[in-house]
Amino acid sequence: MAASAVGMVRLRNLFAVVMLSGIFSLSAAALYVVLDAVDVAFTEASVGAGIATVLMLGTLALTTTEEAIKENSRNLGALFVVVVTGGMLIYGTLDMPFYGDAMAPIHQHVAPRYILDSGAEVGVPNIVTSVLASYRGYDTLGEVTVIFTAALAVMCLIGRGRENITHGLPEKTDNAHPSVMHRHSVLRVTAKLLMPLILLFAFYVQFHGDFGPGGGFQAGVIFGAGFILYALIFGIDFTRIAIRGWVRRAMLSSGVLLYAGVGVVAMFMGGNYLDYSMLAHEATHGQHLGITLIEFGVGTTVAGAMITIFTIFAGQDR
Amino acid sequence: MEFPGLFNYWIVVVLMMIGFYMVIAHGNLIKKVVGLNVFQVSVFVLYISMGKIKGGTAPILDAGIEVYSNPLPHVLILTAIVVGVATTAVALALVVRIRDAYGTIEDDEIHALEDDL
Repeated sequence: MAASAVGMVRLRNLFAVVMLSGIFSLSAAALYVVLDAVDVAFTEASVGAGIATVLMLGTLALTTTEEAIKENSRNLGALFVVVVTGGMLIYGTLDMPFYGDAMAPIHQHVAPRYILDSGAEVGVPNIVTSVLASYRGYDTLGEVTVIFTAALAVMCLIGRGRENITHGLPEKTDNAHPSVMHRHSVLRVTAKLLMPLILLFAFYVQFHGDFGPGGGFQAGVIFGAGFILYALIFGIDFTRIAIRGWVRRAMLSSGVLLYAGVGVVAMFMGGNYLDYSMLAHEATHGQHLGITLIEFGVGTTVAGAMITIFTIFAGQDR
Repeated sequence: MEFPGLFNYWIVVVLMMIGFYMVIAHGNLIKKVVGLNVFQVSVFVLYISMGKIKGGTAPILDAGIEVYSNPLPHVLILTAIVVGVATTAVALALVVRIRDAYGTIEDDEIHALEDDL
């Protein structure tokens, strides 16, 4: 992992740098599995090694693939700053608890409550899901809003003006530009076979997230990846026809609305904001219902954001 | 000192400093974004490695398991990864706009163009 990081610093070819960053993410994901964080590894593998790499490649296609060669006047200064900062940070770690120490302060406060009581209070086996969706629902709502805002920002920066006005959206598939890959029949047939499986897997990850690793964030990314595969093989125009702009925008916003709406409904039922126990007659049933709904909201927004961002990047250069 | 000891923090510091170096020493804006991503992953590793308990298992409740690793950092980092890719997309969109406006993505060339104006 550190080796691929050093490689990224040295290489000037940005294409190789982006590929190495994909490898870096994948090895990070493997490390998370070793450290028991299966949900995180799942997310990192689909996001870091998948979507982020595709987005970086999209940027390279729009800009340049070679880094300019510079005189290294500021490299020495930078190296000095980095070594001093790193030295101080290492000095700071000397007081930290050892790796794997069960008595470390991080394990003393709220974590035991989550582990001991979430089974009875929320009734969902995956503790990560119950903390994410129920105990810390406010945080997650905030994060979904950040993703929503980021997709909006990308739209504002490079989305409008070029996507629909300059080029115009082809109304029928007849006059859409197929991608170069479209000529390869093996790729085309395989992609057609894989598409439904990827989308089905996304839904499995979405609704099985209560019991195993998975949930709205991962499912949304996988769902988006399905459409990105489609766009890579069949061309961006066909993707724009398959999933229209208003569908993408509706997905993007309806997820956040659903999440926030569940909170408001909980208030009308007599509970606090995002208190799912009120949603059904029995507290754990209400928790189940609430978690399923808000995870679906998260998945919808994340999928909408990923597809929107990708189509904007891919729609630039034609 | 037994082997893992503080080793996980040192890896984190090394990765973080590699990312930091990429951000401050390289003029290419895409390289800077990649550097920020490396920095970000190092923070993720810091959180996740602190949540690990020796002999623990993944935090999914099941009969017959006594020790679970701490689920809280997992929650924080899981959402941070997805937020991270969304903000990376914003950064890359800015890079594309800068390229449109200035015709280059090297920061000193951009500064030179700015001074000419």
